[in-house]
Amino acid sequence: MIKIVNIGMNHETAPVELRELVTFGSQDIDHVMNAISGIKDIKESIVLSTCNRVEILFTTDNEKDVREAVIEFLSHFSEIKREKLVPTLYIYNDQEAIRHIFRVGASLDSLIVGEPQILGQLKDAYRIAVDHKSSSVILNRLMHRTFSLAKKIRTETGIAGFPVSISFAAVELGKKIFGDLQGKKVLLIGAGEMAELAATYLLNNRIDKILVTNRTFSRAMELADQFHGKAISFDEIDDQLLHVDIVITSTASPEPIISSNQVRKTMRVRKNSPLFFIDIAVPRNVEPRVNEIENVFVYDIDDLKGIVDSNIGKRKGEAVKAERMVDEEVIKFSQWLKTLDVVPTIVALKDKCEKICQIELRKTLFSLGNLSPEQRKGVENLTISITKKILNDPIVFLKRKGERSSRNLYLDVARKLFNLDPDNEDVDTKNYK
Amino acid sequence: MGIVFFKLTLIVYLIASAGYLLFIIKKNKKVGYWSHRIVLFGFALNSIYLVLCYYQLGAVPALNFKASLSFFSWAIIAAYIIFQIKFRIMVLGSFVVPFAAFLMIISSTIPISTITVRPIFKSFWLLLHVTTSFLGNGIFVIAFIAGVMYLIQEHQIKSKRLGAFYNRLPSLNSLDSLNYNAINYGFLLLTIGMITGSIVAQGAHGSYWRWDPKEVWSLITWLCYAALLHQRMAIGWRGRRSALMSIGCFFILIFTFIGVNFLMEGYHSFESLKGNQLP
Repeated sequence: MIKIVNIGMNHETAPVELRELVTFGSQDIDHVMNAISGIKDIKESIVLSTCNRVEILFTTDNEKDVREAVIEFLSHFSEIKREKLVPTLYIYNDQEAIRHIFRVGASLDSLIVGEPQILGQLKDAYRIAVDHKSSSVILNRLMHRTFSLAKKIRTETGIAGFPVSISFAAVELGKKIFGDLQGKKVLLIGAGEMAELAATYLLNNRIDKILVTNRTFSRAMELADQFHGKAISFDEIDDQLLHVDIVITSTASPEPIISSNQVRKTMRVRKNSPLFFIDIAVPRNVEPRVNEIENVFVYDIDDLKGIVDSNIGKRKGEAVKAERMVDEEVIKFSQWLKTLDVVPTIVALKDKCEKICQIELRKTLFSLGNLSPEQRKGVENLTISITKKILNDPIVFLKRKGERSSRNLYLDVARKLFNLDPDNEDVDTKNYK
Repeated sequence: MGIVFFKLTLIVYLIASAGYLLFIIKKNKKVGYWSHRIVLFGFALNSIYLVLCYYQLGAVPALNFKASLSFFSWAIIAAYIIFQIKFRIMVLGSFVVPFAAFLMIISSTIPISTITVRPIFKSFWLLLHVTTSFLGNGIFVIAFIAGVMYLIQEHQIKSKRLGAFYNRLPSLNSLDSLNYNAINYGFLLLTIGMITGSIVAQGAHGSYWRWDPKEVWSLITWLCYAALLHQRMAIGWRGRRSALMSIGCFFILIFTFIGVNFLMEGYHSFESLKGNQLP
């Protein structure tokens, strides 16, 4: 009996020092793919490697030997001793493997639940497997199901709904204050990774202009170039506060740069047009009391962290819903898997034909009116023998293929050709690109 | 005949309210979309009811408290539908529609009384006076609700505790401009309502202004909203302060609308509208 097996390690089972050794980049991927798919008795395989996880997914009917061979390969490739490697690995079979790959695709197994990159990475891994012709009937279908389930979970639950990065949370706040960010002006005081990230997000929201200032003017010029903005000197801050809408501060200044009095005066001239300070600096660059001024909103790094933490909690709550959707999908997939056997397929084929015969027979007999019992019998025999003759060759063919490695392919084709799984039709017609 | 439409309107508004409440809880756009359609249907029924009343009575159907309330809920829904076209803040319905449905319920509990329609009630100017005043009040309800929504959302953002409303309410900017627009148009209609009212008074009583309590309180309301608009346009008030003041003005408006008619003597009071006594 064929088995689906998943061997892998992730951020929970292995520390980063170990993961670094096992993960592989694009330069190694061909080598790894060839090595894995070359293992004796592996039928299909897909290999996924990201900075947080390595997953080797394969089908085989000789689970024990293949499992050992894969572990052997990983140990050899990463140069980690087998004894040290094995405790960090997890091995899932059949239903558990299906569930695991569904959860990975839907970003339920990620370090940050709901982060979107993993789905893209999994799609890349699948594309490579398709290129190497190492994925076939079972894994193709498993991947298609994973992708559509991930999409469904994203749209129907809120696991990806709440921002969980500081910069992104700040931009979302901006949207709740200003509505549309289009046409807004941003002032960047000081530079830093997070400030730059926030500025990038803001630019993606089609803000009008970014002004940059820094203690060292040359650095301000550099950043202004990067964001297609304008560099201004530190002394111009006061003046520019009258015109900008969002201010991001991240200087190393020990004293606040923006004072409450200064903003109060500015607001009068601005006619209370709202002003949003994102203060990422520690110690803070904006006096906390500025938040008390009407139409001014100040968020410092701790506030933003607080939001991110509570959003992570919300995502976890949504993940419960997603797990239930995964459970349902695992059951459906397992049912389909069971049909990938010669006997059920032949039975389903015969059933379907018999049903058609009976329906057509009833119609015909009804329209023919009064027939004698012999005549009736004759018509019935005719339909039965026609279907038997038609089905004979396909059945013989499937039985003969019963032992061969290409069996799954032909079974799958037969089921599609005769539409034996009408519920599942949608998956295969939507071709994966 | 009319009463059937009244009851139907009430039922449809209640269904729409339930839909809108479900929408704000579940954040399901489809539910909101359907609630909106139901409201439109209810509004059509409400309009038919009022037109029927008008033909039956020969005068504007707002001569007693019962009729006034149902006319008011019509005006609120009318204002809501118009503002929805421009602002597309679906969650507004979750506040406005239950409010209108609530007024309809109160109206339905008041027993029907016969109204003597005196000839002066059959004037075109009275129809215009009542319709513009009520529509103005309906729009002020929108301003009031926008103000309340603004305060909730602003509190969430200022206090840095982003609760359940944070994701459900629109941005501060759109709430503020909704509030501002509503006050503008509400003020315009209130002004027209007062001018046409004085024309009616001239026809009925021979003078434009008689220091009737309703007239005085309308003037106070008008001055409050005028002050608010002035602060907004000249001083640049916006956001919290403007929201608070629009809420304050609204309470004065409600007193003018209901309180004066019950608590004070005058030709606007529902008692005198019955025609028992001459004003």
